[in-house]
Amino acid sequence: MNAPTIELVDIYKSFGSTRVLEGVSLSLFPGEVHSLMGENGAGKSTLVKIVAGLHLSDKGAVRMSGQEVFFRSPSEAQHAGVSVIYQEPTLFRDLSIAENVFMHRQPKTSYGWIDYAEMNRAVSQHLKQLGVSMRPDDPVLGLSIADQQIVEIIKALTFEAKVLIMDEPTAALSLEEVKRLFQVVERLRSKGVALMFVSHRLEEVFSISQRITVMRDGRVVGSGPIGEWTTEEVIRKMVGRSLDALYPKENVEPGEVVLRTRDLRRAGVFKDISFEVRKGEIVGLAGLVGAGRSEVARAIFGIDPLDSGEVLIGDRALSGHTPQTAMAAGIGFVPEDRQQQGLVMEMTVMRNATLTVLREVQRFGLVSQEKEKEIAARWTRRMLLKGHIEEPVNILSGGNQQKVVLAKWLATKPKLLIVDEPTRGVDVGAKSEVHRTLSQLAKEGMAIIMISSDLPEVIGMADRVLVMHEGKLTAELTRSEATEEAIMFAATGQTGRIRDKKAKVAPNGQS
Amino acid sequence: MTTELKSSGGGQGWLNVLMRSREGSLVLLIAVLTVLTTALNPRFISPQSLKDLMLNVSIIALLVLGQTVIILMRQIDLSISSIVGITAFLSGTLFINYPGIPSVVVVLLSVLAGLLLGAVNAALIAWGKIPALITTLGTLYIFRGANYAWVHGRQVNAVNVPGSFLAIGTSTFAGIPILTWIVLVLLVVFAIGLRQYRVGREFYAIGSNPNAAVLAGINVSRRIATGFVISGAIAGLAGALWLARFGTVDATAAEGIELSVITSTVVGGVAITGGVGTVVGAVLGALLLSVFSSTLVFLRVPSFWQQSFQGAMLLLAIAADAYLAYRHALRLRVKWSHV
Repeated sequence: MNAPTIELVDIYKSFGSTRVLEGVSLSLFPGEVHSLMGENGAGKSTLVKIVAGLHLSDKGAVRMSGQEVFFRSPSEAQHAGVSVIYQEPTLFRDLSIAENVFMHRQPKTSYGWIDYAEMNRAVSQHLKQLGVSMRPDDPVLGLSIADQQIVEIIKALTFEAKVLIMDEPTAALSLEEVKRLFQVVERLRSKGVALMFVSHRLEEVFSISQRITVMRDGRVVGSGPIGEWTTEEVIRKMVGRSLDALYPKENVEPGEVVLRTRDLRRAGVFKDISFEVRKGEIVGLAGLVGAGRSEVARAIFGIDPLDSGEVLIGDRALSGHTPQTAMAAGIGFVPEDRQQQGLVMEMTVMRNATLTVLREVQRFGLVSQEKEKEIAARWTRRMLLKGHIEEPVNILSGGNQQKVVLAKWLATKPKLLIVDEPTRGVDVGAKSEVHRTLSQLAKEGMAIIMISSDLPEVIGMADRVLVMHEGKLTAELTRSEATEEAIMFAATGQTGRIRDKKAKVAPNGQS
Repeated sequence: MTTELKSSGGGQGWLNVLMRSREGSLVLLIAVLTVLTTALNPRFISPQSLKDLMLNVSIIALLVLGQTVIILMRQIDLSISSIVGITAFLSGTLFINYPGIPSVVVVLLSVLAGLLLGAVNAALIAWGKIPALITTLGTLYIFRGANYAWVHGRQVNAVNVPGSFLAIGTSTFAGIPILTWIVLVLLVVFAIGLRQYRVGREFYAIGSNPNAAVLAGINVSRRIATGFVISGAIAGLAGALWLARFGTVDATAAEGIELSVITSTVVGGVAITGGVGTVVGAVLGALLLSVFSSTLVFLRVPSFWQQSFQGAMLLLAIAADAYLAYRHALRLRVKWSHV
């Protein structure tokens, strides 16, 4: 076996009091694709960021060809031959492809001007080698995510990257695009590049990698050549605990229909969306990133306009349809991005929790501190919130922030609660509390739509699973039908059987 | 899989080619305005009125160069008019206090003073992390207030300024005022700098995606600071030229022109959100607004309406941009949807 191109030795990293990495060691070898797997919060992304120069490790070493290296910035890592491609490429959309590739290190002519001809020639050559039909002077604005990743890969190639790390590159790609990406990966591998592939899709991992490492709770729990692994073994190592304990959805007899949608359509985003949600029911909305799940939720809540279709609460169609009318009709919406859409980060827990019910906390037209405190305390206690209600939200952990968002909507006592990725970026303990609360609410008669990319969560929590693919509902599965395979099958819009029958689908959609 | 954007227009005629770039559309609009106004009043293109037009637009166009660099980085510099005011009075005072001082020295000192005031903005914004809008709004008042205190009701008059210096604002070379020549030379320098040098492209990169700029290894704070120093230095030069052009300077010199400069820059196609635009477009924007206000004068539109028209022009330009962006996004949405 060759010497490793890059070695991570005994890496430790904490953020505040949270241990994220505890003694992680990992080696990437030339001409090998090494897949890194693990659940949300296992520490994969942090590890990638340390190699990329975005974070410094607290302890441990990174070695390249036996020499210890320190990357204090991404550009230092790039110049040393380590390139990282993120799920969402970070490009200058107003500039051309070639300019994106060569920013800050453009080739110059003999009299000091930028050599655009040389830049375009170099990029054009790489585009041709990769078999991609883009032009170097095309603007990045308007390229698909897949094409933007190609731009990132070409950037890595011009740095003569010895190590290429891809953090969930396929999450937003179509099957066709994944195939093209893998051809590119194969070509790089044959040239001796050491590749690391972070993914949740077992099928893909087994089809392209030579080595697999599984992480859980900040540690490596298994590592070895592909031949030593089966899909069952990978899943067992990743989860390391039984599903039931984490996802305690209690069985509830569904009651009357709370929400009914009829042929919802928004041009270019989704169409033909018709479904029902009953009292006491948790309906999971599954699908890949970009399938249109959040968009449907936003439309139901009246944030985005519908081109056609009807949303009915009980028997009454919502008219005018703005978030105000949706709230008045009894819909609550916990958005995906807490910091941007769910919370006012600088305000206290109390203020945030009562934002939705300002009218109730008023006395003589002014906000009453006492009532505010009372309502906030009631709902935050219920959520087992750690932290004082008069502290600002931005000092809380992700899990506790999510509890504040939930408390804020619970205070409105909605009939229907839509939660979008309720446990993204939340630690395991807080996650089970969020699950417990949702289950309890359903038991008390609330109807819940839960959008989640975390498949075990969907399977564990939902009474019924709706699956979306490219803007359409492709499956409706009962609790007993909803397996990871069945969901991923519908979510990828596949009409044939999954290639490798042995390969189950990964239990996670994102990190 | 790749995007092949079709041009929105139908044919391939020269008109389409012209309309496709912002610069082309501006040239076309300026030409149309000139032709229409000339048809109604032939004196519009008399040598004297053309010279006036060039002189009127020159100082704004000069300031537009600095402002373009700033706006490209998603920043804004409101303080330029106060810097022009201070340095204009400084230039006059230098001529009064040091009779016989060479004009070149006065201009250089004026530029240096502007550069230092720009450095104050730079330090507060790049390292103090105060948003540019707030910082330069503050220094707009601080610099002007300091100017009032210093001037204390005095005034520089043309008799105090050597004729050779005033000639910058009055005499011509090859039919074009010296003042305009200076601006044209700097326009070429800026156009080349922004297009052909790394630092120029990095201004675009920072405005287009600040996070990606950091990832690319660009020192964003330092670049932003550089921009404000450049903008200040340009304002210092504009101060000296203000004296040459008008001869008379009091404490109110150049008050309010920052808004004309920003309007011109945005009308000229520099996106207020950064990353898009050229100095040539921005200067054409200044020219368009200047031609437009001359047109209003020639058409005897009451002067109090002129500001409203300028504002309308700004909103029209932004509406046009928004409409084009919307059309573009719609095309992409349809293109990428499989629905």
